[in-house]
Amino acid sequence: MQSSIIGSSAFLRFLKRWGVNLGIGLVVLVTIIWGYIVNDKVTVAVLASTVRQATPLVLGALCGLMGERAGVINIGIEGQMLLSAFIGFLFNVWTGNLLIAVFAAAMTGALLGLFLAFMSVSLRMDQIIGGTVINILALGLTGYFYQAGLVTQGKLQPIALGSLAEIPLIGPVLFNNPPITYTAIVLVLVVHYVLFHTRWGLRTRAVGEHPRAADTLGVNVYLMRYANVIIGGAIAGLAGAFLTLEAVGSFERAMTNGRGFVALAVMIFGRYTPLGAWGAALLFGLASAIQTQLQFFGTFNIPHQFIGMLPYLLTIIVLAGFVGRTHIPAADGEPYEKE
Amino acid sequence: MAENETLALEIRHVTKRFPGVLANDDVNFDLRRGEIHALLGENGAGKTTLMNIVYGLYSPDEGEFLINGKKVEIKGPHDAINYGIGMVHQHFMLVPVFTVTENMILGSEVTSGPSLDLNRARREIIELSEAHGLDVDPDALVEDIPVGVQQRVEILKALYRKARVLVLDEPTAVLTPQEAEDLFQVMHQLTDKGVSIIFITHKLKEVLNVADRITVMRRGRVVGHTTPKESTQSDLASMMVGRDVILQVEKGAAKPRNVVLEIAGLTVEDERSIASVKDVSLQVRSGEVLGIAGVQGNGQTELVEALTGLRAARGEVQLDGQKLPFENPRFGTEHGLAHIPEDRHKHGLVLPYSLADNLVLCTYYQKPFASNLQRNDRAVDRNAVELIERFDVRSPSQYVTAGTLSGGNQQKVIVARELSRPISLLVANQPTRGLDVGSIEYIHNEIISMRDLGVAVLLVSAELDEIMALSDRIAVMYRGEIVTVVDAGQATREKLGLWMAGLHPGNA
Ligand SMILES: Nc1ncnc2c1ncn2[C@@H]1O[C@H](COP(=O)(O)OP(=O)(O)OP(=O)(O)O)[C@@H](O)[C@H]1O
Ligand SMILES: [Mg+2]
Repeated sequence: MQSSIIGSSAFLRFLKRWGVNLGIGLVVLVTIIWGYIVNDKVTVAVLASTVRQATPLVLGALCGLMGERAGVINIGIEGQMLLSAFIGFLFNVWTGNLLIAVFAAAMTGALLGLFLAFMSVSLRMDQIIGGTVINILALGLTGYFYQAGLVTQGKLQPIALGSLAEIPLIGPVLFNNPPITYTAIVLVLVVHYVLFHTRWGLRTRAVGEHPRAADTLGVNVYLMRYANVIIGGAIAGLAGAFLTLEAVGSFERAMTNGRGFVALAVMIFGRYTPLGAWGAALLFGLASAIQTQLQFFGTFNIPHQFIGMLPYLLTIIVLAGFVGRTHIPAADGEPYEKE
Repeated sequence: MAENETLALEIRHVTKRFPGVLANDDVNFDLRRGEIHALLGENGAGKTTLMNIVYGLYSPDEGEFLINGKKVEIKGPHDAINYGIGMVHQHFMLVPVFTVTENMILGSEVTSGPSLDLNRARREIIELSEAHGLDVDPDALVEDIPVGVQQRVEILKALYRKARVLVLDEPTAVLTPQEAEDLFQVMHQLTDKGVSIIFITHKLKEVLNVADRITVMRRGRVVGHTTPKESTQSDLASMMVGRDVILQVEKGAAKPRNVVLEIAGLTVEDERSIASVKDVSLQVRSGEVLGIAGVQGNGQTELVEALTGLRAARGEVQLDGQKLPFENPRFGTEHGLAHIPEDRHKHGLVLPYSLADNLVLCTYYQKPFASNLQRNDRAVDRNAVELIERFDVRSPSQYVTAGTLSGGNQQKVIVARELSRPISLLVANQPTRGLDVGSIEYIHNEIISMRDLGVAVLLVSAELDEIMALSDRIAVMYRGEIVTVVDAGQATREKLGLWMAGLHPGNA
């Protein structure tokens, strides 16, 4: 009797917390199976595209959530991606070594992270302004230094993971991807583990919730904030590298095209958790993939501009509906002063 | 024996300046092994500052520390913890969304490989809590547990780090009398095991009961030492404040007139639709103080929050004959309702705002503080200067942020703001929590003179003494219901105690 009441209330709480996600997951799953039955080629193409479209979003979201979990709002992800994409591209042009190029992109992101941390942690500047500075800086620098006609030396190619890649549906979607896409999936798991199962993660979250309490226990608030924002920056740098070194193979002005901001929506939709962000990124990726497919087919008489709006529309809905419902780290955006 | 001679902690010549304030002025303090040393002092005397310096949170401008007779450098909390110093802060330092276990281990995590070993930590915490009789649920979220338990978590946090010197900064301010008794037991157990305790409080009775020695501070300086045997409450009070304090409130008989607050069938339900206030009906008349006695957590908070528009409720409430809408705080403030909230940080002040701004939080948009769209800084300023003077708020100026004030002075800012408006009803929840005796005297007198001016006063307090000293009628609240309402003259401590425990007056 007693336990059944507790059991059912626990179930209700579970539904309340995860119901929306479960519902969406179920709908998506059914759609995929139905799609696979109706037209397997298109379905696989859409899903493979989903995973790749999701990559820069989930990387950007990981960057955002590492910062915000530590109490630093990062709205400069867009800029971090853009400048990293550009620098990675330049290194690819100069060295022809994709590994060095990816590394350069990650370092660029990390450096911008350092800059953001300096502004928001040390100078205690308004963090929204700090992020905006980075966005404008990246837009200006890449716009100024970009020269048309630079020839790249190839891009990162998909690697099939042996027999795993042969599994129908799942194989071509998950196990035949280029390296940064794999890295993104690994990073989701790593950041989840670090954030929720290690000393580092506990301290990071404490610093984002109640920095003074963390300080009284000997946790170095400034160090935790710097480190998380910088490492997050490197991850945003990878997202930039994805664009120029894996997806497109060349650079265009403002090519991030708002992905850094969509990543913020992904982070919020994913409740500031890496796994949640991954799910959210896949949903957004799916929206983009469907959007591309629809433009291909031109089946409906909808102007393609409207179809192109799909991911952004989703962003607006998510931000409007979810911001108030998730727990935002309590000290998010607040500079910490010792005395 | 020789070990007993050494001092657990010695503070020498500590000076600390904040912009415009000399918070500690050449302070000396020593703590013997296994003693409870009470640190007394008026609000803003510099007690918390001194302890924060010992704990490494602030760096002193001058001064040195000796632990067990050896000179040590304390550069941060990390050093303090290593030297065996633990501190329970005046405002708790717990992460609300973390579990008890996570809060306990933060900064001193137990790991296996790279992972946190939460199971081992949980076992250690259970052992520790059993060893000291401090009962906690290691898996509960801190935001879900009552303050009394949060405090146990704070003490356990210090013990978990093997503290030999324990600083308790106003630990009893938020406790029920029973919880305070339990705390004193724990303190004595700890001193028996050789832990030394610095105990800060404003409650003189407690000091006389539990302290071995007493040091008194005033305006940043140590002004005297004594022991409970050599002194009385009024000695201590005058030592703290520097003048004689009348500990008894002097008031004439009430002259109640028309009903100002009429509560009929008020029910408040929480998020899980459990009623915390059940069908309460009360009347408060102009010119009287109605005290609500009760053990904390019996619905007083919810009752007050419903009346002041902070919480949804059902029922009829009338203020001066007008229906008082729920969840509309501004209606109340504009119709003569003043509120001194229980949690000063959550509902009383905007900590990053200046004192001047905090003092006009309910009236900033009205004349003379604003005309049309424009704010009148001069009027806001003048108001602040006047209230700071009148309510004796210790602050370098009206421009400092409320967050830099001492706890007691923050409370005075709220009282000043609420009592300086034209009001007909004052709802005061723990109005003197954290205040020194001098300020309590002042605020009690203010409340009584408000009453005599015809204000209706609804007073909620966990301090039975405060209820008995101020009230003309006393309502006893138990599990969300009003057990009885009696004239203050008929109430004794014993009777109130029984009623507060749920015994019906008919049976008592
Ligand atoms: N961080 C700070 N910045 C500026 N001034 C401060 C700061 N902390 C404390 N002060 C000032 O130092 C003085 C001493 O404050 P402190 O908090 O030590 O008083 P206290 O004795 O603990 O008082 P209470 O009993 O009210 O808690 C006060 O005048 C206060 O305004
Ligand atoms: Mg204090």
